[in-house]
Amino acid sequence: MNIGATLLKLWQESGFAAFLAAGGWKNLIMIAVAFVLLYLGIVKKFEPLLLVGIAFGTLLTNLPGSALFHQELWDAYIAGEEGMTFTKIIHEGGLLDILYIGVIAGIYPSLIFLGVGAMTDFGPLLANPKSLLLGAAAQLGVFIAFWGAIMLGFTGPQAASIGIIGGADGPTAIFLTTRLAPELLGPIAIAAYSYMALIPLIQPPLMKLMTTKKERAVKMEQSREVSKTEKIIFPIAVATFVILLLPSTAPLVGCLMLGNLFRECGVTDRLNDTAQNALMNIVTIFLGISVGATTIADRFLSVQTLKIVALGLVAFSISTVGGLIGGKIMYRLSGGKINPLIGSAGVSAVPMAARVSQVEGQKANPSNFLLMHAMGPNVAGVIGSAIAAGFLLAVFGA
Amino acid sequence: MEHLSIATSGIIALLGYGVVFFGLVLLMIVVMILGKVMARSKPAAAPQAAEAAPAAEAEGTAGKIKLFDVPDRDAAMIMAIVANRIGKPLNELRFRSIKEVKDE
Repeated sequence: MNIGATLLKLWQESGFAAFLAAGGWKNLIMIAVAFVLLYLGIVKKFEPLLLVGIAFGTLLTNLPGSALFHQELWDAYIAGEEGMTFTKIIHEGGLLDILYIGVIAGIYPSLIFLGVGAMTDFGPLLANPKSLLLGAAAQLGVFIAFWGAIMLGFTGPQAASIGIIGGADGPTAIFLTTRLAPELLGPIAIAAYSYMALIPLIQPPLMKLMTTKKERAVKMEQSREVSKTEKIIFPIAVATFVILLLPSTAPLVGCLMLGNLFRECGVTDRLNDTAQNALMNIVTIFLGISVGATTIADRFLSVQTLKIVALGLVAFSISTVGGLIGGKIMYRLSGGKINPLIGSAGVSAVPMAARVSQVEGQKANPSNFLLMHAMGPNVAGVIGSAIAAGFLLAVFGA
Repeated sequence: MEHLSIATSGIIALLGYGVVFFGLVLLMIVVMILGKVMARSKPAAAPQAAEAAPAAEAEGTAGKIKLFDVPDRDAAMIMAIVANRIGKPLNELRFRSIKEVKDE
């Protein structure tokens, strides 16, 4: 046995040798990106529940030779090649290919919405239904970024997937992108979750720019108490009404409202507990790691990714501005009774955007307590971004 | 798919924003009607309760929560501390009144 030849073979088969092969440097860069994302998730606590999983998926998929994820299989599946089915992917793919089936089939985002529904109290929205207008106003960035993406040379479905980053709703962005532009899933998911984590940095300067100190200091009256019956009827009414209006929203809105019904109906406590804890956690693990797996070096390191990151920031910022404009209009129409800061919470990102409204409101007036008022537009934003996604899916879907 | 023209994409964007507003405005109307129906179907026991209510509310009583000699700022802090201690989000709790207990 030739020891030298054996050692050489071991070296050639190792992932280290692959770094020296053509294009291997790109993997090194992506591994560095994974480390940065892990740092942001663990040390800076930027959306850690998802970002840590996404970052680790990025790391695993870019370690040469790991064979956990096969982009070529998914390219063939998306292109509709004959015989390329989920069954074949299970047989020929790696672990992350199998987990990724749940993303591409739209299962994970919908199940996350089930958990979000179980965790969400729609009481503030029911107490002040006008909050829904702010949830609508704050979808402005979705459509402006969509338009901007078209101008930067993206196709309609790609632009729609980029625009939905402005909805500040990770599961919705992932759901729409897997339907319309799965090739962009990695950069879009990372941009969406990163900007959601950066909301406390992105929104306050815009809030100060768009409002006066007098407006920010407005104290709002406490909302009325909402009955249990209203809370039970609400998810049933919303699911029926919104799905009839836009059938393409059925997976997201259906799961969101089912989760909320589990929470409010009072007879499904065990299901409610599972939806918002065990199921949510399991799906979050699968979603994070399999979305991270799509950040293949060859695809991710491109000018296109930089454009997506820039457009995502534009989408987030304009959505915040849209919500604030809506808030200012309501401030004027209500004779100064509504604090316009609650408008920026319409971008979804529950509950972080509402917390930012609370913090900024208290800075202007230390006795201000806006959290509950901002929760109304905040949860309205979740429904608003689902409707926006449903519209884009109806226009660009197959 | 072919690239869309800027004009076409602008129309789609406007239409999309309009659809979001349309959907949420209709939903708002549904929720308002639901609220009205619920308010009507409530038993009219409110006047009696109002008569029995103590008249010694301090200034600064905010809506449903009654503050007795407690400033708004302290009330907000107390509510935040309670929510933190019992590990429940604030939006899941309802505080009926906060009263300062004074030593005689």
